[in-house]
Amino acid sequence: MYEFFRDLDRRWIFLMMFLCVAVPIIIIGATGKTFPEEPTQLVRAVFDEIENLPSGSKVLLSYDYDPASEGELAPMATMFAYHCAAKGHKMYFMALWPVGPQMVDDTIENIIKKDFKDLKYGEDYVNLGYKSGYEGVIKVIITDFTELYSTDTRGTPWSAIPMCHDVNSVQDMDLIVNVSAGYAGTKEWVQYAVTPYPKLRMVAGCTGVQAPLLYPYIPQQLHGLLGAIKGAAEYEALVIEAYGDKMARKDAGDNPLTDDNGDYLIPGKYTEGIRRMGPQLVAHLLMILLIIVGNVIYFVERRREGRR
Amino acid sequence: MKRTIPLLITAIGGFVLIIAFFSSYTQSWGEVAAIWFDILAAIAFILGGGNLMKIHLKKISDRKAGWAYSGVTLIAFLTTLIIGLGKIGVNPSEQFPDYAWSGSYREVGGPFWWLYEFAFKPLTATMFAMLAFYVASAAFRAFRAKNIEAILLLGTAFIILLGRTYAGVWVTGWLPEWLEGLKLENLTVTIMKVFNTAGNRAIMIGIALGIVSTSLKVLLGVDRSYLGGGEE
Amino acid sequence: MKKETVIWTVVMLVGALVLVLNGALRGAGSAYVKAVPMQFVNVAEPGEVNADWIRYNSDRAFDEKLCTQPFEDIPEDLRESWVRYEQAELGEYLASRAADPNDDNYRFSLSQTLGIWVAALFTLFIFSFLYKDNPFYKIAESSVVGVSAAYWMVIGFWDVIVPNLLGKVAPAMVRAWSIPGLEDPPNYWYLVPLILGLMLLWRLSPKGSWIGRWPLAFVIGTTAGIRLIGFIQADFLSQIRNTVIPLIAIDSATGSFAFWDSLKNLIIVIGVLSALTYFFFSVEHKGVVGKTARLGIWFLMITFGAAFGYTVMGRIALFAIRLEFLFDDWLWLIDPLGRRAAEYASLLWPAMPLLG
Repeated sequence: MYEFFRDLDRRWIFLMMFLCVAVPIIIIGATGKTFPEEPTQLVRAVFDEIENLPSGSKVLLSYDYDPASEGELAPMATMFAYHCAAKGHKMYFMALWPVGPQMVDDTIENIIKKDFKDLKYGEDYVNLGYKSGYEGVIKVIITDFTELYSTDTRGTPWSAIPMCHDVNSVQDMDLIVNVSAGYAGTKEWVQYAVTPYPKLRMVAGCTGVQAPLLYPYIPQQLHGLLGAIKGAAEYEALVIEAYGDKMARKDAGDNPLTDDNGDYLIPGKYTEGIRRMGPQLVAHLLMILLIIVGNVIYFVERRREGRR
Repeated sequence: MKRTIPLLITAIGGFVLIIAFFSSYTQSWGEVAAIWFDILAAIAFILGGGNLMKIHLKKISDRKAGWAYSGVTLIAFLTTLIIGLGKIGVNPSEQFPDYAWSGSYREVGGPFWWLYEFAFKPLTATMFAMLAFYVASAAFRAFRAKNIEAILLLGTAFIILLGRTYAGVWVTGWLPEWLEGLKLENLTVTIMKVFNTAGNRAIMIGIALGIVSTSLKVLLGVDRSYLGGGEE
Repeated sequence: MKKETVIWTVVMLVGALVLVLNGALRGAGSAYVKAVPMQFVNVAEPGEVNADWIRYNSDRAFDEKLCTQPFEDIPEDLRESWVRYEQAELGEYLASRAADPNDDNYRFSLSQTLGIWVAALFTLFIFSFLYKDNPFYKIAESSVVGVSAAYWMVIGFWDVIVPNLLGKVAPAMVRAWSIPGLEDPPNYWYLVPLILGLMLLWRLSPKGSWIGRWPLAFVIGTTAGIRLIGFIQADFLSQIRNTVIPLIAIDSATGSFAFWDSLKNLIIVIGVLSALTYFFFSVEHKGVVGKTARLGIWFLMITFGAAFGYTVMGRIALFAIRLEFLFDDWLWLIDPLGRRAAEYASLLWPAMPLLG
């Protein structure tokens, strides 16, 4: 037994990891059962920032990520857009990452065009698209949007976009919402937008790798943070609690939020993070188990060497 | 001369942005410098593509080991490039139906979108998905509780891993109310807000000082390594 | 033939057979689209310079005489049309067919079905590296390099170079070509970044490498300038200010002494100072300084532990979404998004009683 684990081929570990993620995905996919979420204060802060703004406020949504981080960030991006749309805010989408516009397109296609058919492009939401230069872009648009964004991503001139008429720079925004996978992202928004212009409010959703690094900015420079997939799941739970009756499936019946078993009757696209917490739980347990077994082997080995 | 002018350009570019920060009169100078910077960043993408072609064409012409894969790279590169730059299969925009080139290059359903959705997206996303396996393997082989520092690291990792899933509720959900703070989910929050904040803040301050000193060295011409060697 | 090769060949063949059967019998991995006719009419009055295109059959079209006649009868130079294909789901396709068997608005999409299979194969090619390096992985790896480099280039060209450089230097040309709505007048200051950009591209040439140094120097200089300010303000001064917190915290609601908040604040202050002491190498880490630095290391270790925990969490999420793609879009094993009709929803129905 000891020798088996000591000489374990790493491919067995890979197989275990595969099963720990695959089996829960299939079980949750087939049964629809998920774990309940209890949102933490930081996630509540994100929710409150968007929720407490009066309807019609201007929200800049910068989607600074690409498909490589979609697993963690797409659920946040979806929920941010849903929450802003449901609350009636004006949404200005942009991206500091080259592939960010695709992420914005996905959100507009799947969320706004499908579930908010009344919203008009140019009046309720606009896709400003991508500009290169990373923090260099923030540095320009913090004082002047039109220098870089003379048109939106469709080629409509700035002056012909009704919701842009009273917008000159990022400083005119009531809130910045950032979905960030790394450089350039939340850190740069904090450095070049919120810190020099402390009147600006900002919340962010970011990857697990970044989240711990952003805590020193909270709460003075960053007013709310969704960290990794767990943050996404908690935020989903909060938005569902507030707007679940609007997003529930048609077959949901009297109680739109949950059925008799306590499972959500919400369209799957709005519970992506909550669903993902199943494989997450099993895989985390595997990680802990692997570390413990690895250490047992190490200590047994050390004791044996000591005896020799 | 070939070195003095670049040094001057560096200093002017940098100090314009610094001065622009302190005075509203010079703010527009900073904007101009930043816009030029942003445009050069886009041109750098072309430089990147050009370099890629150069390297792989050379590999193919030298018949270096694995040159056929360079061929795959080049075919993928050129196909994406031609379809994207040529806006192939893209319809005009709805506002300007009579302008053939007015449509979005990434129109849903178009060939460039197809390349994104079915090649770029699965390829890059799966590359990163592989990290889950390597982190598991590394955890098994490398994390050893050899001393108190390592125990602190592992202990924190365990608490976070459990506390950020429903496992935390299972493990410590039974604790009475007056020990609420020791429940794993709450402990996780405390670790992140207190210990992690303190540690990362110290690191952040250290890095900031490092960046300030390297930036100053570059702007004042003390550090000239970026100019490289070669022709004077 | 080696035993391993035989086993793998058999596994692969059986796997491929199952996949083909799954695709052929259940339609797994197929994609559907909705055809949306896009018809536009130019309703500008005769003599008007600018065209005024409106959507045929839209609200505005009711007021236009031109739009009262069948679309095909409108003079050719006053109409434009094409078909846009939007992504649709099997559920929608089946529902539309059930309502009207002749309705061909919803269609099976061969190109997108092929796409899903290509995406699935690319995913498997990359995962195959976990077993060992192989030509399939190498093909996928080579493709990712080529596609990404070109992808970035295309984005840089259409999103930045055309509107922000060519559109400033030669707006008339860009207006006539790809951005008819562009309003900017020419701004010849943009010749500077244009020339710097061309000099940057000179780096591709084997000769005259000094030419590329000028734009590089500009990029390095501006980066240094931007960062110097950003880091001093947000990561240095603000962090010191964020650490100036009350060690005797008062509960704002009751006005009484808040023990736990005070303790947390105290730990933050001690943590920052001790970890900074550890980074301070100008004094030898001995005596009190040594002990403080040691405490700093402990804080840093907890920080790294937290970072590790969060990193693991992130990595697993990235893997989970790929598996969801394979199980949902490709194999139709699960249907969490409710995209397919109930009878297609799950292959797992025999196992449902076991799964509860």
